[in-house]
Amino acid sequence: MIYRRFLNVPTWRFRSPLDELHRMRQQLEQMFGDSETLHQRKSAGVFPLINLTEDKDNYFIRAELPGVNADALDIQVTVNNLAISGERKIAAEEEGARYHRKEREEGSFSRMIGLPGDIKPDKVDAKLQNGILTVVISKAEAAKPKQITVTS
Amino acid sequence: MADTQSKELKVREKQEVASPAEQTTPGLVFTPAVDIFETEKEITLLADIPGVKADDLTIDLRDDTLTLAADIAPVDDTNEDKVLVEYETGRYYRQFTLGELINQEKIDAKLNDGVLRLSLPKVEKATPKKITVNTG
Repeated sequence: MIYRRFLNVPTWRFRSPLDELHRMRQQLEQMFGDSETLHQRKSAGVFPLINLTEDKDNYFIRAELPGVNADALDIQVTVNNLAISGERKIAAEEEGARYHRKEREEGSFSRMIGLPGDIKPDKVDAKLQNGILTVVISKAEAAKPKQITVTS
Repeated sequence: MADTQSKELKVREKQEVASPAEQTTPGLVFTPAVDIFETEKEITLLADIPGVKADDLTIDLRDDTLTLAADIAPVDDTNEDKVLVEYETGRYYRQFTLGELINQEKIDAKLNDGVLRLSLPKVEKATPKKITVNTG
């Protein structure tokens, strides 16, 4: 009986003293882990959020930039990177305006996106329409997928 | 060296509408960010709704309730493979209750660069008249 009691004292087990913490962490992960996976979306956490898609010949990058003029936007392209930067301004309203709600933000943004393959910097087409920026970038010839015939 | 440092825009996740009435068409519905301010003559509402064309926007004002509902132009990316998806697209919906009386005929709506500017002029109250008192 005494033998058993001694071995059950947590600090007397032949393991690391961080065992308790490890067990607590596991329990917390179980409690909060499920809610994380429901809303898990890997994002760089930099404004603007982008959707990058590709087909055989092009990369397509789309971003939501409401209220940004085409001249306030600066897009640069290097061998396999795309840099988007600019500033979003909110027009100042007249004096004496009482704000009930102010949820829209203004400020500068800058983001560099690494593309999975090489591109042709000369053939880049960017369009800003209805507040959505769509950039179409042609892939370099070397980066396009090539069909390989199998001989039997 | 700039005198004024403009602050950096931070990422804001788009807010999904918290379970309104069930939708007939499938898809996500988001709450757009709005600025509302009022002057003596009118109430102005600015809403961020990127991807919406003027034809797809419905603005409804009845019984003191203002409803904004917008459909987005569908993105044609069925032939593309997704590499990185950081945001979803969907319809926009938001409702407000207005306390003031609004002159419904003079409501003005402008949609530029994905930003809606809605001007709601208030009903003009009767101009105060000065009443002179006659003696005698």
